[in-house]
Amino acid sequence: MIRVSVDTAPIDVGVELTGIEECGAGGIASFIGVVRGDDGVTCLELEHYPGMTEAVLCDLAEQATTRWALMSAVIVHRVGRMEPGERIVLVATAAAHRGAALEACAFLIDRLKTDAPFWKREHRGDRTDWVDARGADATAAARWTDQVAVVPD
Amino acid sequence: MRLLYFAWVRETIGVGEEEVQPPEAVGTVADLIDWLGGRSNRHQQAFADPARLRAAVDQKFVTLDTELGEAKEVALFPPVTGG
Repeated sequence: MIRVSVDTAPIDVGVELTGIEECGAGGIASFIGVVRGDDGVTCLELEHYPGMTEAVLCDLAEQATTRWALMSAVIVHRVGRMEPGERIVLVATAAAHRGAALEACAFLIDRLKTDAPFWKREHRGDRTDWVDARGADATAAARWTDQVAVVPD
Repeated sequence: MRLLYFAWVRETIGVGEEEVQPPEAVGTVADLIDWLGGRSNRHQQAFADPARLRAAVDQKFVTLDTELGEAKEVALFPPVTGG
């Protein structure tokens, strides 16, 4: 099962993880990205490319499902305005064993950061700044390109 | 051709989308960016440095040297920063 959602509503981790548990997996891994309040950020705004975003996320989830034989993959990304401490993204993967679930979860968040058309803008009081892309994110995403899955069957 | 702009590209130009009919000499995404720069001062400002831009043609990421072909929708934006 693949579930992809891009929405302005807050992310309910309990609902999402309970949902993925129902697939009967032996191992479920999850990653949650949260708005950092460091550096004086008072609000974070997320813009995206409607249509393309969902298509890219579905494609990544399908790639992960094939590569790691997942039983389920969930990607929920929030857009719009959110405050420090609020969740931006949830990635969850379910597999028969932990290795596949953990690797696939890392793959999805790494590739989401470089492949999905989202843009962040930080608010500091009245001042706003578009966030620059980080080289470290490209490096993290690239490590999945030539690597074959090392998880035993 | 439908153009979409995101993030600071949209803000600099002042609109999120527009319809254009580029001349035949516009063959690639880079040509399109160059041509769009002549449309207004705002376009010129947004497209002054193509190295800061990324593109998608019909909702697929492409490099700027990609031929437009029969593209219906072209999006121009800065490098993505989700997650």
